Amino acid sequence: MYDIGRIYQATSTQDAVEHLVADPSALIIAGGSDVLIKSHHGKSSGCSLVSIYGLDELRGVTLQDDRSIKIGPLTSFSHITKNSTIQKYIPVLGEAVDQIGGPQIRNIGTIGGNISNGVTSADSASTLFALGANIEITGPSGKRVIPISEYYVGVGKVCLKNGELLTAIYITKENYENFTGHYIKYAMRNAMDIATLGCSVICKLNSQKDTIEDVHIAFGVASPTPMRCPKAEEAIKGMKITEEMLHVFGSLTKLEVNPRSSWRASKEFRLQLVEELSKRALKESIRKSGGVING
Amino acid sequence: MANIILNFKVNDELKQLMIDDRDSLADVLRNQLHLISVKKGCEVGECGACTVLINDEAFDSCIYLAIWAEGKEIRTIESLMDDSGNISDIQQSFIDEGAVQCGFCTCGVVMSSIPVLEDDKEYTRDEIKKKLSGNFCRCTGYENILNAVEKTKKHRCNKSKL
Repeated sequence: MYDIGRIYQATSTQDAVEHLVADPSALIIAGGSDVLIKSHHGKSSGCSLVSIYGLDELRGVTLQDDRSIKIGPLTSFSHITKNSTIQKYIPVLGEAVDQIGGPQIRNIGTIGGNISNGVTSADSASTLFALGANIEITGPSGKRVIPISEYYVGVGKVCLKNGELLTAIYITKENYENFTGHYIKYAMRNAMDIATLGCSVICKLNSQKDTIEDVHIAFGVASPTPMRCPKAEEAIKGMKITEEMLHVFGSLTKLEVNPRSSWRASKEFRLQLVEELSKRALKESIRKSGGVING
Repeated sequence: MANIILNFKVNDELKQLMIDDRDSLADVLRNQLHLISVKKGCEVGECGACTVLINDEAFDSCIYLAIWAEGKEIRTIESLMDDSGNISDIQQSFIDEGAVQCGFCTCGVVMSSIPVLEDDKEYTRDEIKKKLSGNFCRCTGYENILNAVEKTKKHRCNKSKL
C-alpha cells in the first residue's frame, strides 16, 4: 500500500484542472512509474494525487489536417513504438522510447510523464527537442502552446503552473517531412538503465543526397535540461557530406554542451560521448536518407 | 484514503472487491484474491517478479494502482493451467530446461513470455531477450530461461503451421 494522503481520479481534462486548482498541493499522476517510486522511497509521504491515467481523451497519435502529428501525453511508450503514424513519419521517436526501461515500464510509462518529470535523461525528450515539438498546456484560463525548450525550466522542473497539465505534443510537418533521424542511448546496460548520455539527430539532404540541407541535434544529460546545439547545426547546413563535415559537427557540439560529473560518468567522459555520438547519430541519419559519406 | 469498489476480471472471472484506494494491484491480487504467484520483489518496477498481464500487456503490478484496474482483464500464472489442473507448455519447458532454481522470479518471467508466445509473429532470440529484459533472475543466468521460451515459441509456431 502506498503512503498517499488522498487520490482523486479525474473524469475529464476539465475535471482534472478544477481539482488541481482546488488542491494546489496535489501532484499529477499519469502512469506512476516516477510518482509511485518517489512515494515508495518516502519522498512524498501523505501527498495528495490527481490521477489522469483514466483519461482516454489524452491517449493516441493522430495525423492532423495540417499534417502535424498530435501525440496524446498519456500514450504509453510501447503504443508510440507500435503506432503506424509514428512508424511512417517519425520512426526515430518510436525507436527512442523503445530503449526506455524494460517492457513493463514501456507499457505503463507515458510520453507526457517522461517529459513532465523534468529530468534531462528522459529518452523521449532529446528526440522531441530534435523534432522541435510543441507542447499544449491546458489550465484554468484555457490552452497555450509553447516550444518544448520553454517547457523545461530547471532540473526536474517544467513550467506547469497551478491547475495546468500537459494535454498534447505536436510535431509540425516542417520538422519531420523529408527528415530521417537516429537516437543513440549510451548506458551501461541495454535494458533497465538510465542514459549516461542521449543523442538524437534528424537531418534532411538535398536531392543529390550529397549535401546537408537541414539538421537538428539534441542531447539528454549534456546539461541540466535536454538541449539543442544550434551553432553546430548552422555550421554544417549546406556542407557536403564528408568525414571532415562530421568532424566539424562533433567538435562544435562539444563547445555548446554543459555536462556535469555524476556517479554514472565524469564530465570529461560525457564530453567525449557528445562528440562521438553526434558523429555516429548524424552518420546513421544520413545513411537512412540515402546519403553516402565521401572523403 | 478511501475504500472503493473495484470491478474487474481476474483469470477470466468477474470480481467485485472493496479495496483501499492506496493499494497496488499486487496488494489486491495477493492479499484479497490470494494469488501469491504475484511476488513482491523490489516494489519499484525493476525486478519484474510481480508481472501480470493487464488487457494482454505485461505490467509490474507493484507500481500499478489497483483503482486503475476497473473494467480491465488481469491474468496471472494461475490462469495458465487447463481445466484438469495441468500446467501449460511454457511451464513444462521451464522444468525441462532447468530454467527454475529458487523460483521467486519464475512466475513473473513466465507472464512476460506470454505476449511473445501468443503473438502471431516469429521472434528471434534477441527479440525474446528484449521482451524478458524487465525481469531479473539472480540464479539461472538467463540462458535456460531463454532456451525454455524459445523452445516453446518454436513449438507453438510449428504447431500453428500444421
